[in-house]
Amino acid sequence: MLASLVVFFPLIGSIIAGIIVFMPSDDKDVQHRRDSAAQIASCTGLILSAVFAVLIFKDVALGGNAYTYQLFTWVSSGSLEVSWALKVDTLTSVMMIVVTVVSAMVHLYSIGYMHNDNAVPRFMSYLSLFTFFMLMLITSSNLMQLFFGWEGVGLASYLLIGFWYDKPSANAAAIKAFLVNRVGDFGFALGIFAVFMLFDTIQLDAIFAAAEGKKDAMLTVFGGNFHALTVICLLLFVGAMGKSAQLGLHTWLPDAMEGPTPVSALIHAATMVTAGVFMVARLSPLFEYSETALTVVTLVGGTTAIFAATVACVQNDIKRVIAYSTCSQLGYMFFAAGVSAYSAGIFHLMTHGFFKALLFLGAGSVIHAMSDEQDMRKMGGIWKHVKITYGLMWIGSLALAGVWPFAGYYSKDIILEAAYASHTGIGQYAFWLGITAAFLTAFYSWRLLFMTFHGKPRADEKVMAHVHESPMIMILPLFVLAIGACFAGWLGYEKFVGENSAQFWGNAIFVLESHPSLEHAHQVAMWVKYLPLAVGLAGILLAYILYIQNPAIPGKIAGRFQGVYRFLLNKWYFDELYDMIFVRPAFRLGRGLWRAGDGLLIDGLGPDGISSVVRFASRRASALQTGYLYHYAFAMLIGVVGLITWYLLAHVG
Amino acid sequence: MLTIGLGHYLSVAAILFTLGIFGIFLNRKNVIVILMSIELMLLAVNINLVAFSSYQNNLIGQVFAVFILTVAAAEAAIGLAILVVYFRNRGSIAVEDINMMKG
Repeated sequence: MLASLVVFFPLIGSIIAGIIVFMPSDDKDVQHRRDSAAQIASCTGLILSAVFAVLIFKDVALGGNAYTYQLFTWVSSGSLEVSWALKVDTLTSVMMIVVTVVSAMVHLYSIGYMHNDNAVPRFMSYLSLFTFFMLMLITSSNLMQLFFGWEGVGLASYLLIGFWYDKPSANAAAIKAFLVNRVGDFGFALGIFAVFMLFDTIQLDAIFAAAEGKKDAMLTVFGGNFHALTVICLLLFVGAMGKSAQLGLHTWLPDAMEGPTPVSALIHAATMVTAGVFMVARLSPLFEYSETALTVVTLVGGTTAIFAATVACVQNDIKRVIAYSTCSQLGYMFFAAGVSAYSAGIFHLMTHGFFKALLFLGAGSVIHAMSDEQDMRKMGGIWKHVKITYGLMWIGSLALAGVWPFAGYYSKDIILEAAYASHTGIGQYAFWLGITAAFLTAFYSWRLLFMTFHGKPRADEKVMAHVHESPMIMILPLFVLAIGACFAGWLGYEKFVGENSAQFWGNAIFVLESHPSLEHAHQVAMWVKYLPLAVGLAGILLAYILYIQNPAIPGKIAGRFQGVYRFLLNKWYFDELYDMIFVRPAFRLGRGLWRAGDGLLIDGLGPDGISSVVRFASRRASALQTGYLYHYAFAMLIGVVGLITWYLLAHVG
Repeated sequence: MLTIGLGHYLSVAAILFTLGIFGIFLNRKNVIVILMSIELMLLAVNINLVAFSSYQNNLIGQVFAVFILTVAAAEAAIGLAILVVYFRNRGSIAVEDINMMKG
């Protein structure tokens, strides 16, 4: 019962705000009151939802009372039985906390951030709608409901990236996000079909119960015989890659920063993009039986972590740096899942949700202060004017870089330790890439801090004169998130990934006896435990040397290694590659079909052809009308002669 | 001695009628000629009527001929009046120029 309140309060808030969208007023005061009504409705819904989520967490995760709450039947067709149901276990309740708390904070923050916008109710409605879909996703008890939430958050993401729809770049980014996600979702849908083929059900509980019995089953795909669970897991993982912006399908995430900053914080950092990680953890009973799938997950996660970190080091747009950072951190979560340390992945998901939302909202506060400037090259030297934001950004960065005792330290360390302790080749690969990425993470975080807040002001005087601290309504949510970024780590460590974490997770996460990476993680050598912290501090030091002590060096390095710099600045040329392989051939194909198929064939034979025949015939017919009297008289005569001749021949003669 | 009978009259009428027709078609000059040609055709018809009337000893044909003559006179008057007005408006009554109905 409580669960349905959590899920449906945001929906109610969204509907109320949505109704207000359709009652615009020309009177400024009236419109302002309506905006406030929409804000109050959606914020109240979210805050209530967050409070109930905490209660559920207490009951379900701490009390161990996992349950499934049936709402009603959705589809009943043959052996396909799907019902709307809220499955609440530890995994769900943890996700609920992250989603509702971050979302509530973002809702509050948006009141301040969007106060000059002329479409406030629409924004609030979309935000709440997103939260509803996200909650639907995490409480699903079957794959179809999961897919419903999955597509719903995709829709909300599309709407919010393209929120400023009069900006062409925002529209392009929204379409790109939607299309790239379609690729992933196609894999996801195929995965669900394969699950139904193999298990004859898509109820999660039934699948998990049957998973062990099907561990040697084979599936015929395109004439080849493959290990069924591997095929299923790889297909589902393609979906996770799309939503969680993993290498290959990541290109939409940086572009998604076109949306308003609260959206970037909520959807493209803290919640939606972690849906892939959640899905892998939720389906751990399937992934556990496929070594190949786990290896692929680790490989993709590790590679994404290092790829995104390298790109983040050279970006100049403050939001893009954080976006690539998100991409990189998602890579960590995936390789944690890949080495069977799902709980470590979820732990990092939670801490990351807090500090990344904090960083994004902090960046939003900076952008707000700098009169909507996002380029870090035009910032600098503003820390004295925005002390609170500055301090909060420090907290977020410390947490992100994994400095003790902030949240990221606990979660990132346990992931790296688990990767090391898995004692597999791919685990080592992920470990070393993860360590390198941790170094880069610290470096780019402090590069961001130093470029944004320190050094000489590079903005023009008009902007500098206007630099101001954000209003209380924007700062307050940052404090709440900062508390999460400070304490979520050591508060959660024992429960989430400690010695007795298996008890905490209950049946929510399933790990085979033969994959004890998490248990072994606690017994790794000392140097493994301290290496992430050491490289993190080294990264901070490097950033200090390069951007505070000797700001001329970065330019020289970039000049010396032009090739590498360009390669990174252009994000490994992924966009260009996709443009060449997919976009342009698609355009060519489309143009070909349009010109040859539609233009020549269909129009040629259809409308254009018929009309040209009619025009030709009528031109010839009108040529007969010479206008000369004697021609008409002649025609009459011929007619009369013809008629008489016919009459005589037929009737008289 | 040649007796002039019905056939001769009809032949003359037919020749006149044909002349009238050709007068309409082959005339490239001027609308008055067309009016004259129409007059010629009407007269050819009149000859026919009178010829048949006398051949059959029946006066109806001749009555008709008189009617046609009056109608033809009226028609010629109207036709010429139209032509005069037309000339005032257009400055020409050449057949070549009268082609407003051209499609």
